Amino acid sequence: MKTESTLEKVLASGNFAVTSECGPPRGALPDKVREKGNYLKGVVDAVNVTDNQTAMVRMSSLAASVLLKQDGLDPLLQMVTRDRNRLAMQADIIGAYSLGINTMLCLSGDHTQFGDHPMAANVHDIDSIQLIQMVKTMRDEGKFQGGADIKGPPKMFIGAAANPFADPFELRVMRLAKKIAAGADFIQTQCIFNIEKFEKWMEGVRARGLHRKCYILAGVTPMKSVGAARYMKNKVPGMDVPAELVERMGAVPKEKQPEEGVNICIEIIERLKKIEGVAGIHIMAIDWEEKVKEIVERAGLFPRPQV
Amino acid sequence: MENFEPVIVAFCCHYCAYTAADMAGSQRLAYPPNVKIIRVPCSGKVDAIHIVKAFEKGADGVYVAGCLDGDCHFKNGNNRANRRVEYMKKYLDEIGIGRERLEMVMMSAGMGYLFAQIATEMTEKIRRLGPSPVHSMNGQLPIAS
Amino acid sequence: MITAERKPLEELIEFVRPFKRILLVGCNECVTVCAAGGRKEVGLLASGLKMALLQNGQDIEIREHTLERQCDPEYIDELLPMMDGVEAVMSMACGCGVQEIARRYKDRPVFPAVNTKFMGASERQGEWSERCQGCGNCLLGITGGICPIARCSKRLMNGPCGGSVTGKCEISRDVDCAWQLIWDRLKALGLEEQYLNIIPAKDWRSAGGGGPRKIIREDLAE
Repeated sequence: MKTESTLEKVLASGNFAVTSECGPPRGALPDKVREKGNYLKGVVDAVNVTDNQTAMVRMSSLAASVLLKQDGLDPLLQMVTRDRNRLAMQADIIGAYSLGINTMLCLSGDHTQFGDHPMAANVHDIDSIQLIQMVKTMRDEGKFQGGADIKGPPKMFIGAAANPFADPFELRVMRLAKKIAAGADFIQTQCIFNIEKFEKWMEGVRARGLHRKCYILAGVTPMKSVGAARYMKNKVPGMDVPAELVERMGAVPKEKQPEEGVNICIEIIERLKKIEGVAGIHIMAIDWEEKVKEIVERAGLFPRPQV
Repeated sequence: MENFEPVIVAFCCHYCAYTAADMAGSQRLAYPPNVKIIRVPCSGKVDAIHIVKAFEKGADGVYVAGCLDGDCHFKNGNNRANRRVEYMKKYLDEIGIGRERLEMVMMSAGMGYLFAQIATEMTEKIRRLGPSPVHSMNGQLPIAS
Repeated sequence: MITAERKPLEELIEFVRPFKRILLVGCNECVTVCAAGGRKEVGLLASGLKMALLQNGQDIEIREHTLERQCDPEYIDELLPMMDGVEAVMSMACGCGVQEIARRYKDRPVFPAVNTKFMGASERQGEWSERCQGCGNCLLGITGGICPIARCSKRLMNGPCGGSVTGKCEISRDVDCAWQLIWDRLKALGLEEQYLNIIPAKDWRSAGGGGPRKIIREDLAE
């Protein structure tokens, strides 16, 4: 065991892990964070806290993570390289660990063009893979990126993101290999709707033995409506939603669509559970956190193991 | 303004527009004497600087006349002229002269009637618009070419 | 070349409005190639400015001159005889040239006529795109000749990110994904395995992170 992370304990003991997500509010509204946390308590092994997602300013992931920790949840601190240089990131990592946060996800972050501050500089002092390297060095060697010793190194369980559906496809397995070589302990993928393509990616992953070097959590999202399905299919770069699923959503009346979206999500989870190398799932129910418990229950993953 | 006689400069390509102008003349098709023709080997030879200097030296209106699309003797000089005229229209708006005072027209060598028609229409359009705003307020007209 | 685009005319009119005689200086190098500040553009701008100001009853004398380039003091010296009675100078060169004129002719305001954009190359006639950001430590040898710092929107050195779609960057279909280009090049060269090498965090000091940069050649500088 590298850390005290609950997620690591669940995975290391051979259990199928479940994580979910909480997006902080666009204002100083701590109760909103607690409300979302409430839906997820006891339901998942870790809760991702996003970091200025889609380049829109929100309560910092560090602050929101602390609020969740105070309520007894296990936060998973997401950190993007877009908004901070390496000094600020290392400072936040030490700070987070000091506040009891021991699990994090290293990402590049959506470009500022997507958000509410397109005029801001994109920092990217380091990229996501260099960030993974940096956190691993901090944890395992007790050294800052600049080389000096850290008194009280942060023992972070290090995660990264993977997108089997982005282009070029042939590169996506090699990219995962790079992240693992850099030090990633676990991976969360972009939400999966196209199981065939995901299975193809997993074949490449297994061929390189990557599933044994790193825990792979498959991402899923319940669709709320046919409009949401279309939006994800057409407007979100790097997302692959097969036409049949959009049609299925559209074939039911509006009031029934959320239910159908959850049904589809559960079917996908059942298929994912059977794929060799998948160590868990990551449920991204954006603004729909109240549904996560139902999904976890119906997927036969409740209650969560006590480790 | 009474007795305003617009000064129109027409850059005409040798192969089509100028020949059309000649034909208008030989067919006794009248067109206003306001139009001063400048013969160029190809409408694509007309540069932005020629257009802007024409206005600086007193033109109230300018047009560039080239061959019909696909018929340019130099392959696509007329297309280039068209793009340049479009670009210059924006500049004329910025300067305060206005895009309506510049046009690109196309015709074949045999279209004497079209040459005369365009010359007349352009003169009348500029007459209605009035003198170029560049003619300064203290009454001093810039040098006419 | 260094690319630039002429500033909007209204901004330039405001610069020169207080003056009766100005010198407009072009540059025969980069800004000529990207049609922003060469001899022709000097002529166009002088004419346009005169006519714009004339409409407000204002007569302005604009002297025109184009230097070989404006980033060497020997050329800037050539302007001296033209400076008689000149109240202000407007330079159509890149930011380097504007500053060199200001440095030499301290007693006259100097205005930029163009917005300097980026170091780039021609894609085709009339289209230029960014190629280099002068990071000071060129890694083109290991990225198949494509620069991830200048051409990746997130300047990832171990890209692509998850937003790359059909070879285009997530921010726009008009922007190529630099890492797709790099990958294609590595494939063409049979160097796919090189992709697995992790490029470590960059030392940005050479890119200006250590302050404004300077080069001194001991063999050339006295």
